[in-house]
Amino acid sequence: MKKIVTGNKAIAEAVRDAKPDVVAAYPITPQTEIVETLAEYVSSGQLASQYIAVESEHSAMAACIGASTAGGRTFTATSSQGLLYMHEMTNWAAGARLPIVMANVNRTLAPGWNIWAEHTDAMQERDTGWLQVFVSTVQEAYDTIFMAFRIAEHNKVLLPVMVNLDGFTLSHIMQPVDTIEPGDFIPPIHLPDSVDPKNPKGYGTITGPGDYFRFRWELAHSMRESVSVIEETQSEFAKRFGRTYGLTEEYRCSDADVVVVSLGTLGKEAEVAIDILRDEGIKAGSLRLRWFRPFPELDLAGKEVVVIDRDYSFGFGGVLAHSIRSKNLVKVYSVIAGLGGQEVTYDDIAGFIRNRRIGGESWFGVNDHV
Amino acid sequence: MTGIQKHDQAAMSRPVEGSAGLTGSWRVFVPVVDNEKCNRCGICSLYCPDAVISRDRIIDLAYCKGCGICAHECPKKAIAMIREEK
Repeated sequence: MKKIVTGNKAIAEAVRDAKPDVVAAYPITPQTEIVETLAEYVSSGQLASQYIAVESEHSAMAACIGASTAGGRTFTATSSQGLLYMHEMTNWAAGARLPIVMANVNRTLAPGWNIWAEHTDAMQERDTGWLQVFVSTVQEAYDTIFMAFRIAEHNKVLLPVMVNLDGFTLSHIMQPVDTIEPGDFIPPIHLPDSVDPKNPKGYGTITGPGDYFRFRWELAHSMRESVSVIEETQSEFAKRFGRTYGLTEEYRCSDADVVVVSLGTLGKEAEVAIDILRDEGIKAGSLRLRWFRPFPELDLAGKEVVVIDRDYSFGFGGVLAHSIRSKNLVKVYSVIAGLGGQEVTYDDIAGFIRNRRIGGESWFGVNDHV
Repeated sequence: MTGIQKHDQAAMSRPVEGSAGLTGSWRVFVPVVDNEKCNRCGICSLYCPDAVISRDRIIDLAYCKGCGICAHECPKKAIAMIREEK
C-alpha cells in the first residue's frame, strides 16, 4: 500500500510489522516520534509487545539485553546523547551476541546544544560490534528495518544492528512509502543460548585470559560472515518485494573519473550534484555507503575520490575519509560538511567536486575553504 | 573452569561442582555441629553461601571455606568454629 509518512513513522510501522516481543526506549529528539508511535500501537492493541518505559537510555539497552537474553525479539530507538548514555550497554549487547535492532536518528553531540543531523554519534559506536547501516530515504528506512531483524537474528550473525537515519532531514521528512506484508521474510526468532530454566547458565561470566580472546575472535568472524548474510537478505528482499539494495549505492560510477563518497541523505543530494557536473562535462559519480559496519570492499582504483564526512575525529580527520584511505590505499579530498545540521545542498556538493584538492582536507563554511 | 564450553559464542557459565577448585583448603576454622543442641531447623544450610551443608547437616569439607556464617546464624548456638590443625 502506498502512503506518505515521515522517516520516524515509517520506522515505527516497520517495527510494528516485524513484531518485536519487547520495546524498551526513552524519548529523545529527533527520535521521539518512533517510540511514541510504538507506544500507541501497544496501547491500542495493534502491537502485542511488552513496552517498557524506562528511566534512561542505559536502562533501555539493559532492558533489551535482558529480554533478548530471554530469547525475545527486541527493539529500541535513540539519538545522540541518548546513544552515548547507552554506550556501556551497546558493547555488552554485541559481546553477549544479542540481535537487538536499534534505530538511531543521527543527531549532533553537545556542546553546543544542537538537535540537528550529524553522524559523530554513530561513529562513536563504530567499534562496539554492532552492524551499522545508514539509510537515505523514508522507503529505505522502512525496508531496512525488516532486513535488520532478519540479518541480526541469523545464526551466522547473532549481532545487534543499528539503523541510522539523519535527524530531521529524514526523520521528519514526509516521502511516499510502499508498505509490505512481511509474511515469513523474518523467520521466528531462535537464539541458541537463551534462558532455559531446565539448563541453567550464568551470562557474562568472569572470563580469563585463556578464553576472552576467543569470544572476540568469534565476534570478528561473525562480523565478516555477516557480509554474505546481508547480501543474501537484500537479494531475498528484492525477490519478494521488488526493491534492490546493496552494501553501497552507486550512481553513474562505472565510467567516472571522480567519485564522491558519503553516508545518509547527503548521498541522495550528491546524485543531483552528479547530474549537474555531468552536464558540465565532468565525469563524476556518487558512491553512497549503506553499510558502514561491516565495511564494504570498494573498487576505487584509478579514480579521484572526494569524501564528505558529517563527523570528525579530533586530531585525526573525517572518520569516513580515514576509512576509505586505509581500506583502499587511495588519496582523497576530505570535506567536513553538515556538522550540527549545517545545510549542504547539491550545489555545494558539486562545488566540493569542482574545487577538489586531492590529498587535502576542507571544512565547509570555514574561511579560505570551499 | 567456570563451565565455559568450547563451542560457546559468548561468555557464559554453567553450574558445575567446585568451579574454583577445592575451596576447603582455604579454611582456618572448621564448623562442628553439636547434635544435642541442634533442633534440625535447617537455617545453617539455607544461609551457607557455598551450599555445602546438606538438609541432614552433613558439611562437605572439601568445599567449606570455614566462613562461620552457619555458626553466626544458628539460633541454638549449636555450631562451634574450631581452629583447624593442618
